[in-house]
Amino acid sequence: MHQPSTQARPSIYYNYQVFKPWLPSANPLQKRQKVVIAGSGPAGMVAALELARLGVHSVVLESELQVSQGSRAIVFTRRSMEILQQVGVADRMTENGLPWRFGNSYYRGQRVFRMEAPHDPDDRFFPMINIQQQYMEEYLLDACQTNPLIDFRWGNKVIKVEQQPDFAQMTVDTPEGTYLLESDWLVAADGGRSEIRTAMNLPMEGASYEGFFVIADIRIDLPLPTERLAYFDPEWNPGNTILMHREPHGIWRVDYQLPPGETPEDALKPESLKARIDAQLAMIGHAGTPWEMDWNSVYSARTLTLPDYVQGRVIFTGDAAHLLPIFGVRGANTAFQDAQSLAWHLAFVVKGLAHEKLLANHSAERVGAAREIIDEAGKSTRFMTPPSSGFRLLRDAVLSLSLTEEFVRPLYHWRTSRPHEYSHSMLNSTGDDNALFTAGPAHGAPPQNIRLSANDFLLDHLGGGFDLLYFTEGTAIPVPLQQVVATSRSLGVPLKVIAVGASQPVDGADLTMADSNGHFRTRYGVQASGAAYLLRPDQHICARWLTLDATRLQAALKTALPQ
Amino acid sequence: MTTPKNTLTIPGLETVYDALATAIDSAGPDKSNLFLVKLALLNANLLADPEVINAHIQAALRDL
Repeated sequence: MHQPSTQARPSIYYNYQVFKPWLPSANPLQKRQKVVIAGSGPAGMVAALELARLGVHSVVLESELQVSQGSRAIVFTRRSMEILQQVGVADRMTENGLPWRFGNSYYRGQRVFRMEAPHDPDDRFFPMINIQQQYMEEYLLDACQTNPLIDFRWGNKVIKVEQQPDFAQMTVDTPEGTYLLESDWLVAADGGRSEIRTAMNLPMEGASYEGFFVIADIRIDLPLPTERLAYFDPEWNPGNTILMHREPHGIWRVDYQLPPGETPEDALKPESLKARIDAQLAMIGHAGTPWEMDWNSVYSARTLTLPDYVQGRVIFTGDAAHLLPIFGVRGANTAFQDAQSLAWHLAFVVKGLAHEKLLANHSAERVGAAREIIDEAGKSTRFMTPPSSGFRLLRDAVLSLSLTEEFVRPLYHWRTSRPHEYSHSMLNSTGDDNALFTAGPAHGAPPQNIRLSANDFLLDHLGGGFDLLYFTEGTAIPVPLQQVVATSRSLGVPLKVIAVGASQPVDGADLTMADSNGHFRTRYGVQASGAAYLLRPDQHICARWLTLDATRLQAALKTALPQ
Repeated sequence: MTTPKNTLTIPGLETVYDALATAIDSAGPDKSNLFLVKLALLNANLLADPEVINAHIQAALRDL
């Protein structure tokens, strides 16, 4: 019998709410579900919310009775905020988080590199925002619990999965025992230690790095701005790296590497934590400032992915699908992109709007993203935790040179999580004008946000289906295009038409954006009326035309939704 | 290995030979590796050609 803890987790700043378990005896007999999601972390909840937005009901099974322990993921990227905006929680993140854009690397007391993340006036969100994962989960949870298409079940743990040809049968354990649940699809969003992945015995490809890092959250009053702080090879921890980040509520994340051979158990002893945190504070000139521990944990860097996220009727997503190093904020930020991608691909298959091979595309796109991240994050990881004496020698040579030589300093650059461009997706149109554009987001790229007015941006209006941006100064969308749109809609495909460039509402468009100074057209590389962009439900571009006609719109929609 | 247009004269090579030996001794056995890698990176930056540098790496690895 599954007995999750009913004790609120300890925290000096977060008030954990313990929820009542969902019990099978208190609910009617379970019919077969369309989608069951195991795990209510960032990936599971974003998937559920985005599925619901596309009209697909899901059951979310969460083995615990409260949100996750400790701050865990604390840095969220602009693209993550854009995805969270799509599922309705970006405002709460903005209201309570700490935005930032500068990163600093220190060696021998000297700042040897300062990174400035660009902040485009067309972007609504900052490059980064810091907030503890519990809050982010709470905001997603509130959205899930008020959504009639999401059946959220606390204290429900999947303990067995049997694959059938066209559904998955799960044994779900609860505080009053097990029940059986069938679903056309099971989304395994059960985290880095995924028991579903382990039980299915699925091997992951990639590398694990030696060496452990301690993560500790302390409450301390430090007169420092919200910026990334990285300290290399300090005297108190020779050869190793320390990272610090400000979090809301006066909490600081201190993240330090352990000397080789030290066990996680030894490292987490209170006296060990205290000595090292005191040494770090002394090094940055704040010796003796009082502090209080909230939470700590140990991790090691891994760059591993499943080679295919779709395994029969089980689809892996987020950390259950891949394990990525913390450097470059890869965990939750990748999970949001995974979940957003998964949700729309799966929704269109569940609703019969595309063939199951659309799921193979999801896997190909996201495995491709994971491999790109592994390649990039591997570079950062090899700099932060050199895996051999050669790598260590080179890293140390760079540290030493960086005190006086400008050219090595960019090697400190912390390659931050960024959205993957699906440049070679099979959903990209083959007969469009992608190659003829000289500006604007290309095939597979995420959209460029546009500031329409003081508090009004393009991305505020996108999502929930395909979006067609049609650039025109005319009074109506051409009738043949309107007919293609109407035909698609009659088949159930959600497709919104946004006219860009006219001062009055355009006939046949759901929305008109004036673009009186031509700024939107410039950023999208549009030179004349009649150009268009087609955006997938994850807002990535799948087709763009200098002059759109009905035949080519029809063809692009057909390519994007394989039958 | 690519032959650059400008090579060291014999007296120039002899000067570098002595300077390198003296610098390795001055860095000491614990730091000579670090010193040599720093030097390699400085020279590589001036060469500005990953292919030439890779050819030098291969040449230096030979007959160790």
